[in-house]
Formats: sequence, structure tokens, C-alpha cells
Amino acid sequence: MNPLTLSWKNQKDRPLQMLLTLLLFGLGVGLIALLISLNTQLDEKFKNNLAGIDLVIGAKGSPLQMILSSMYHIDAPTGNISIKEVKPFLNPKHPLVKLAVPLSLGDSYKSFRIIGTTHEYVDSIFKGSVATGKRWEGLYEVTIGATVASKTSLKIGDQFHSSHGFADDGINTHDHGDGFKVVGILNKSNTVLDQLILTNTQSVWAVHDHEEEEKKAPEEATKEDHAHDHPHDHEDHADHDHSGHDHGDHEGHDHDAHDHSDHHAAASIVKPLTDYPDKDITTLLVRYRSKKDWRALNMPRSINENTDLQAASPAIEMNRLYSMMGVGTDALRNLALIIVIVSGLSIFISLFSSLKDRKYELALMRVMGASRNYLFFLIILEGLLFAILGYLLGLFLCHTGMSLLSGYLEEAYQYEFSGWRFFKEELWLLGGSLVIGFVAALIPAFQAYRTDISETLTTY
Amino acid sequence: MLRTQQLEYTYSGNKTIRFPDIHCEKGSQWLLLGQSGTGKTTLLHLIGGIRKPQKGKVFVADQVLNNLSSTALDQFRGKNIGIVFQQSHFVQSLTVGENLQLAQTLAGHSADLDRIKDLLNRLNIVDKINDRTNRLSQGEQQRVAIARALVNSPGLILADEPTSALDDENCREVIALLETQAKEEGATLVIVTHDSRLKEFFDHKIILE
Repeated sequence: MNPLTLSWKNQKDRPLQMLLTLLLFGLGVGLIALLISLNTQLDEKFKNNLAGIDLVIGAKGSPLQMILSSMYHIDAPTGNISIKEVKPFLNPKHPLVKLAVPLSLGDSYKSFRIIGTTHEYVDSIFKGSVATGKRWEGLYEVTIGATVASKTSLKIGDQFHSSHGFADDGINTHDHGDGFKVVGILNKSNTVLDQLILTNTQSVWAVHDHEEEEKKAPEEATKEDHAHDHPHDHEDHADHDHSGHDHGDHEGHDHDAHDHSDHHAAASIVKPLTDYPDKDITTLLVRYRSKKDWRALNMPRSINENTDLQAASPAIEMNRLYSMMGVGTDALRNLALIIVIVSGLSIFISLFSSLKDRKYELALMRVMGASRNYLFFLIILEGLLFAILGYLLGLFLCHTGMSLLSGYLEEAYQYEFSGWRFFKEELWLLGGSLVIGFVAALIPAFQAYRTDISETLTTY
Repeated sequence: MLRTQQLEYTYSGNKTIRFPDIHCEKGSQWLLLGQSGTGKTTLLHLIGGIRKPQKGKVFVADQVLNNLSSTALDQFRGKNIGIVFQQSHFVQSLTVGENLQLAQTLAGHSADLDRIKDLLNRLNIVDKINDRTNRLSQGEQQRVAIARALVNSPGLILADEPTSALDDENCREVIALLETQAKEEGATLVIVTHDSRLKEFFDHKIILE
């Protein structure tokens, strides 16, 4: 009969007490582990997706909302900006801007966002690569992220209609001809890219222009959540060189207020965005030539003060968000710590009260040859046993909880979370649990050590 | 086997008891009689190495108990002295068999299931080996206590009022068991009691006054 078996049998003999103590300990440990897992994974994902973007330029509004919507694709955009306004940044010779990638948001398919952008979004920003097929080229061609492919089971050659807004409610489905066509699937990148459907900016415009055309009566109830607020005064379209366009296809449509350049015809020739100064995009992602250039550092302020645009730094905004969320996670962490301390106390009480019942037993064991040290060791072992079992229960709760949560989190944050990833912090947690078990058992163990055999045997 | 020399014990209330010298040969069987308050249990604890005397010496198997360190005394007691108490107490969370195994391992021996079964068989309770001790009757519990005292084949068996809670029939049975088992193991037996029913069974008597 080794001490471990004995301490296990001693605890098992009081199953309810043991269950309560273990549950308390497990909850505390589980909560801490869950916070660690959640924090680490969120932090990782946010950092991964910063992707070297120094500045986001968009419509005025909440800078955090703008960052969340165009960097992480979790919030609604703040509005649109016209290409005319951001034209200087799109100039490849801009002295401060190395890279400026436009984003147009507004549509989704099965709650995966459709992003109108350029190839640089994949190549330069996320360093993504194509797994099968190719990158989007012509109008209505899309390349989809790895997660989109696996969740929607879209394949190359498949066509789909997008819905307006980001909710998959099936109400605002665009219905224009053949819809989008999948031409490529990206490799998994563990960035937000996995969750996106990518096309060119012109395709996003085209979908909405059609809608505008088809919606003769302007009873646009859904207008509010339109990211794309297409201005109806397109008088200056005449300035453009649309000579190659064929308007013949659109004879069935009512073009009264609009003089759209034909997007179907543009399918083969997608022109640079600067050719459409009156069209809108949602935001522009900017990478500086040099982060140390003081002019670059002044750029956001100058944009915010002198133009109708808003510029915000993702790093600054995310730090702001962290410090705000930090209060919540700190509170949760403290709560978990309190639970762990209380459970340590309950280990202490459990051992202490059981010792009272077992006083005679302990004296008897001394008579049978057990030394003082043996009894001390035995009680410490019982405390450690609680700690280890509670810790294991906690990890189990944490990881099952996390894998249950991950589905919900994926929807909310557009990222995949894994419930079965283990962190080195969990080893620290094991160390902490053992310390708590040891400390909780210390006084009872000392009590057992001091048991006076003769007195106990005569009194009880 | 068992010898005491000028034993004296002073209680915390400054009451001092002087005990008569005892000399028990190997294999002999003794009755230690006395009214309550005469220090019977104290004497039993002194010769069992559970309590240390202020004066005098206790020899068990030629070993002076006073000279042993606490841990060495625990080991010595586990190996050489078996004690049966008035109330049979056991480790509650263990079965009969496990309690006996615990007695073996605590004394530094390895668990020997054959020895345990043999003992329980001789005491007629081998069918209770996997029962929890609190499921047993008083008489059965006392037998398990005897088995536990015997399990490490000690040279000295001490029994503290082993029959006071038992009726006449059980009393005779337990005493008979103690006598025969001690004889079979070649152990010296000392029974401390105020139970006058036992007088007729033993020739050697020590009387405390």
C-alpha cells in the first residue's frame, strides 16, 4: 500500500467533498486557462493581420470602427470615400507612400465578405498564394479564401449571387445575370484572407450599379446599411474616355438618371482606379516608404485636419482597443484568481475537517510503524492530489469550452480559434496549482505530524 | 522478552505513578490487572513505545526503547510489537485486507496476501477480506484487530481491554483466539484489563494498585 494509493482512497471515500473541491479548483484553473488561450490567440490573429499596414484612410467616423472593418473585417465600414479624394495616395510616385491598396466593402456571400481590391492585397499585404486556379482578372471573377472554400464548398467555375450587407439573411440578394464566378482558391494563410472573397473594385461597383438601375422606385429601405452610397449625379462621366464601351447590352434597362460606363464590357479591360475619380471605395490601406520619416508621421494628422478623410494607424487603434478590453480581461482574471484561492481554501478545509475524523486513524498508523514524516508526506500528497486532479479537470473544461466557443468566435471575429492548442502558460498553471495544493495542505500536514499517539488513543 | 526497570511516569498534573518491575519470558502470557486510575493504559503505552517514561527503562527483545529516535521507535514498534485496542479502529477508507496490507507496509515489510489470508482463515473471517471495516460486527472487528496485531509476527503482543465491550461468549472466544494465536506465533502476550472474567484464563498476573 503506497502513500499515493492511500491518499487517493482516503479522498475517494468522501466523494461529495472531493467533487465540490475539484469542481471549484477546476473552474478556477479552467477560467484562467481559457483566458490565456483566448488572449493569446486573439493577440496572434490581430498581430498577424496588422500585416505591415501603417495607415488606413477612409470616411470620417470612428477610427476604431474603420480599422476593425477594413483590417479585420468584423465591424461595418464608416462610409465611403471617392477616388478623387485619395488620388494622390494612389500615385505610385508618392514620396511617402510605398503601397496603397483600395478596399471596397459592402457585399457578402453566406456571411463571407466580398472585397473589391487589387492583387497587391494578396501579394504584398498578406503574402498569400493561389492554391488552385488563378487570381481574379476580369469583371465578376472572384478568388476565394481557403476557409470560404471549405465552408461554402464553392469550387472553381461555380457561380453565386452576393447579398447586400454582411448578414446572411437571404433578403438582399443581388440578382444580376450570372453573378460572381469563382476562378481561384487561395492557400490557407492563417490571416483574415482565409475568410474573404476577393474580386476587383470594378466588380463591386458593377453589382451595385445594376441594383441601382433595377431599383426604379427609390424605396430603398436597405439603403442605410449600404456601404456603397452611389451618388446619382454622374454628370461628369462625359469627361472619361469610354469609347471602347458598348451600350448595346443595356437597352432593356432604364438609364434615365444614370450614365454608367458599361461594366460588362470592362470585363476584359479593367482600368486603373484613378480613371474613375467619381467612383467610391471604402478605405485605402497604406504602407509608408519609411516609418521613420517625420513627414510620414505627420501624415495622419494632416489628413484628419485638412481633408474630409479620416486616417488612423492600426497599431495605435488596436492598442487602444486592448487597453479598453484589458480592463475586462483583468477583471475576469482576478475573478478566476479569487476562485482558485477559494478552492485552495476549500482544499484546506476539506483536509482539515477530514483530519479531525481521521485523528485516531493517524495515531493508529503511527502505532503500526508510520513515522511523523510519513504522515506529513501523506497529507501533503492528498493536497497535491487535489491540485493535480483539479488542474486536469480545469484543462479539460478550458479546452472543451474553447472548442465549443470557437464556432461562435469564428463568426464574431472572422478567425478560426482552436480549442486543442496548448500553451506553455498552462505549464505555469500546473506549477501554480501544485503550489496552492501544497500550501493548502501545509497546516493539516503539520497537524498530522504533531499527532500525539498516546493522547489520541486514550481520548478517542 | 519484555522487561521494565524502575519505570516512573509523571502526568502533566504532576501526579507520578511508579510501576512495579516486570519481567516476561518469551512466549509467556500475562494479565495486567488494576482498577481504573492505576495507570494500566499508561503502562501499556510505555511498554508499547507509544509514550516515553520520565524515569526507568523498557526492554523489548533486548532493545532499550528509551534510546531509540522517534522514527526508529516507530519502525521498531511496527515490526516487533502488535497492539490490540479496546475499541477497534481501522483506516476507514480501506477494506479488511487493505488494512492488514497497510500494517505490513508501514512496518517496512512488503505486502503478503498469503499471510493475510492465512491469518484471517485462522480467525474465521477470511470471507470478510474485501469488506469495509465499518460493515463488520463488534466481534468481527475485534478479530480483524487481532489479525492486524499478529500480521507482522511480532515478538510482543499487547492488548488493551480487548474484551470490555464484548458479551461473555465473544469474550471467551476473543481470549481463546489471542491465546492460541500468540502461542502459535511464539509471541509474548500481555493483556491489560480490569475485566475479572479473564482471571481464570491466566496464571501470570501483574496487579497494579
